[in-house]
Amino acid sequence: MNTQALFGQLLIGLINGSFYALLSLGLAVIFGLLNIINFTHGALYMTGAFVSYFLLEKAGLGYWWALVIAPIVVGAVGVVIERLMLSRLYKLDHLYGLLLTFGLALMIEGGFQHEFGSAGLPYSMPESLQGVQNLGFMFLPNYRAWVIFASLVICFSTWFLIERTKLGAYLRAATENPSLVQAFGVNVPRMITLTYGLGVGLAALAGVFAAPIYQVSPQMGSSLIIVVFAVVVIGGMGSIMGSILTGFGLGIIEGLTKYIYPEASNTVIFVIMAIVLMIRPQGLFGQR
Amino acid sequence: MNEQRYERVGFAVMFVAFALAPFVIYPAFGMQLLCFAIFACAFNLLIGFGGLLSFGHAMFFGMGSYLAAYASAAWGFPIELAILTGAATSLVLGVLSGFIAIRRQGIYFAMITLALAQMVYFFCLRAPFTGGENGIQGVKRGSLLGLLDLGQPIAMYYVVFAIFILAFLLIHRIIHSPFGQVLKAIRENEPRAISLGYRTERYKLAAFVMSATLAGLAGATKAMVTMNASLTDVYWTMSGEVVLMTLLGGMGTVFGPVVGAMVIISMQLYLAELGAWVTIIQGAIFVFCVLAFRRGIVGEIEAWLRRRKA
Repeated sequence: MNTQALFGQLLIGLINGSFYALLSLGLAVIFGLLNIINFTHGALYMTGAFVSYFLLEKAGLGYWWALVIAPIVVGAVGVVIERLMLSRLYKLDHLYGLLLTFGLALMIEGGFQHEFGSAGLPYSMPESLQGVQNLGFMFLPNYRAWVIFASLVICFSTWFLIERTKLGAYLRAATENPSLVQAFGVNVPRMITLTYGLGVGLAALAGVFAAPIYQVSPQMGSSLIIVVFAVVVIGGMGSIMGSILTGFGLGIIEGLTKYIYPEASNTVIFVIMAIVLMIRPQGLFGQR
Repeated sequence: MNEQRYERVGFAVMFVAFALAPFVIYPAFGMQLLCFAIFACAFNLLIGFGGLLSFGHAMFFGMGSYLAAYASAAWGFPIELAILTGAATSLVLGVLSGFIAIRRQGIYFAMITLALAQMVYFFCLRAPFTGGENGIQGVKRGSLLGLLDLGQPIAMYYVVFAIFILAFLLIHRIIHSPFGQVLKAIRENEPRAISLGYRTERYKLAAFVMSATLAGLAGATKAMVTMNASLTDVYWTMSGEVVLMTLLGGMGTVFGPVVGAMVIISMQLYLAELGAWVTIIQGAIFVFCVLAFRRGIVGEIEAWLRRRKA
């Protein structure tokens, strides 16, 4: 047993799990209120990473600025997308929302690819998070520890916001019955717009987290989003906590697979999805 | 009655156009069109008549392509058997993946098929027989039934043309059969179809497998045309392209997928040097179709014909 390698893979698994959790959380929040699966999620995650790259290159604003600005910029883009396009589709079959966001994802990714090619752009780590801790059984890079910690904080804040605050109560009520909530004087269309902005803002935040770990490239979102879809199917989109647990759990399982049987590490999540669908089609935390 | 006449006239126009096409366009390009037209028609069978949006049809197209290419290059199968091998592979894959995917509906179905297709993609990336990034080369067209030399592009074109017409008529037959009617009923209102005593799961699985097999046929034929198979055939972008062809041509129309395939494949050919712009334009067509052109080209023409009559 090589414990050093095992813990190394577990750490990578936890990092991936953070991204799965952040992205599937956004997807679940958006799905709850808009009833669409947001295919642009991967492209907007990538956009978040690019925004932090631009901030550093063009404006000299570093990582900490990017953590604040990138989600706001991408969230604003999301608000525009929702107002201009998605809002026209709510009366139609939900599949049209999927097709529209898929088209948008192609446009965004194609645009970045046209400008920057396929090669990745490096994004340097903030100085304050460089360095490594020796834990005795393994070496823990500070930045990775930070990503896991920050993702956990954000996931649980989102959970708290939705499950434990008044605003969240409106949100949950609108998910159940939008017209009734509207009748009580809550501006539901605005809430839907802001929810979409919040969801894609979370994706952008994940993109900023990812920028120093992976290279910033136009394709970084598309392969990730397909895995996240599988994560969402496994967890079921019924609960916020379910998305968080499934995201981190599957990341860890993926890491373990990389250690035990590396050949299967790309496919293990899809295999788990198939098994879950056989036994519990609604997903681990799904209702109905 | 009018509906029937319209379909007959449409079919005659399509038949003559494709029969004469190699005198106007390159046969190689024409064959490419026909292969993707089969692919889009197979996809349309599922979305247009079964109401199931698959975002993973590249797995059937790609696996059909790989197995046909492998059967030809490694086992020396003649072309007829190679194509059948490809289609049969997709049939088996269709049964396996369909069994899992039909457990959920709507957008979940789309996500599940997409994820399963990605799994097949990773399998193809790793499996030794696919040649990884290089794909499978050295496919031999040989001759049809040992008689007709298919080295000639024009001869090969008419073989592909015949496969296309057969596939098209088969799909037409399926749609207009009692089975096709039940499928439409399930699309419109599944609980009602269940209450009428139909085992809807079985119907959906059957439609899924048929669509998968025909998509595999398209991929297998494409492998014999281009004489190779590669990872592009099985990547998720291919799944997206077939959705786009069908959407643009007109979901649920008989001729829509053919028209959509022609437009998209021609566009890819003429805009090839623009690189990433092709992706941007494809995305823009998606957005435009969803927002303002949901009936697609053929759907709009049909609506116009109906309005003129009224």
